[in-house]
Amino acid sequence: MGEGAFLEGYVIPTAIIVAQIVAVMIPILLGVAYLTYAERKVIGAIQLRQGPMTVGPFGLLQPIADALKLLTKETILPAGSNRIVFLMAPMLTFILAIIAWAVIPFDEGWVISDINVGILYLFAISSLGVYGVIMAGWASNSKYPFLGALRSAAQMVSYEVSIGFVMVTVLLCVGSLNLTDIVMAQQTIWFAVPLLPMFVIFFISVLAETNRAPFDLPEGESELVAGFMVEYSSMSFALFFLGEYANMILMSGIATVLFLGGWLPPVDIAPFNWIPGPIWFGLKVAFLLFVFLWVRATFPRYRYDQLMRLGWKVFLPFSLLWVVLTAGVLVAFDWVPA
Amino acid sequence: MDALLLEYLPILIFLGIAIVMATLMLAASFVLGPSRPDSEKLSAYECGFEAFDDARSKFDVRFYLVAILFIIFDLEVAFLFPWAISLGDIGVFGFWSMVVFLGILTVGFIYEWKKGALEWE
Repeated sequence: MGEGAFLEGYVIPTAIIVAQIVAVMIPILLGVAYLTYAERKVIGAIQLRQGPMTVGPFGLLQPIADALKLLTKETILPAGSNRIVFLMAPMLTFILAIIAWAVIPFDEGWVISDINVGILYLFAISSLGVYGVIMAGWASNSKYPFLGALRSAAQMVSYEVSIGFVMVTVLLCVGSLNLTDIVMAQQTIWFAVPLLPMFVIFFISVLAETNRAPFDLPEGESELVAGFMVEYSSMSFALFFLGEYANMILMSGIATVLFLGGWLPPVDIAPFNWIPGPIWFGLKVAFLLFVFLWVRATFPRYRYDQLMRLGWKVFLPFSLLWVVLTAGVLVAFDWVPA
Repeated sequence: MDALLLEYLPILIFLGIAIVMATLMLAASFVLGPSRPDSEKLSAYECGFEAFDDARSKFDVRFYLVAILFIIFDLEVAFLFPWAISLGDIGVFGFWSMVVFLGILTVGFIYEWKKGALEWE
């Protein structure tokens, strides 16, 4: 094999893939940085405050200042901890939140890896998220992280079941595990309309899955200080933080693909379909993220028994019933996609 | 190479880049940040008290119960995935087969509920 063939066969495709990955990663990391800023601004506005205003115009450089501050702090490795696991936990959280983006389509064909089991991949990656928390809680060898991790693990697995059932209802209406197919199946109507209860359950379960308010018990400041993150500092803490916010964006992206028609405009007529798909996708994700922040500023924290009751006694039976109902309706009216 | 496997190559490269990034960020904090550990700083945080005992103590058995229930229902979801996408091919028979399967699981679920496995007080 000549050098030219090697270059064309391996180097150039790999370079294209790397360029695509960088093109996805940079907006996500910027998005994460400015989501933290948006969170403080939105909650500030809801509470009639200004939010960050000092660093840069309108405080726009605040996330960068925060990142630099965290970078120059000391990374503390507690004496009683299992050091390797202790450092692996935040890395795992961050890595999982990033790599799930490999299958999210931003427009038709705008996807890094268009695998035919996209939903299964996302389900697997989001299920692995619980390991980061459990590892952090165990390796810290400290009481608050341990309790926080236990709670968090139980909470995350509880809501994962209903997320699974919700995904199944969508799959029934699509007949494919590929995310591009799922979006294309919504050309006539977004799944958020016929499957509205499932969309609501999905969104609330996502709040619990990402440990966001009102389900932020693993980090409940007033009882567990910061839950599984107590012993972390500097960049090891920042990776958890980045992972959590990247997960929020990811989950909003998944909700957009499953229920809000991905990159499709709301109606396929003139002024709407001039706007390119990725911008629609971004707008929908931004809207869902705003709801995340809105919910955090509005609702008080759930109690743990209420949280488990909601997951196991309300969402699980209800979503299971909806799976059977959806399948029944599809079969009865012969609407099952081929 | 197999075309099916080739589709997963970008994910593998993505994973590699993510691992490198996470490692670099963590390494940067060790290089750039100060490192002045002392025994007080490295001890476990317990609201200013000396740690009373080892943190890895007994915990509520309910957490195990939740984990076991999770395995049952997550497996159920895993069964539902292939069923959902092939419902068009297996039709009415496939639908009722799954209803019977889910019915059996629901009996188990009701039993758990009545036994109080889902109670947290």
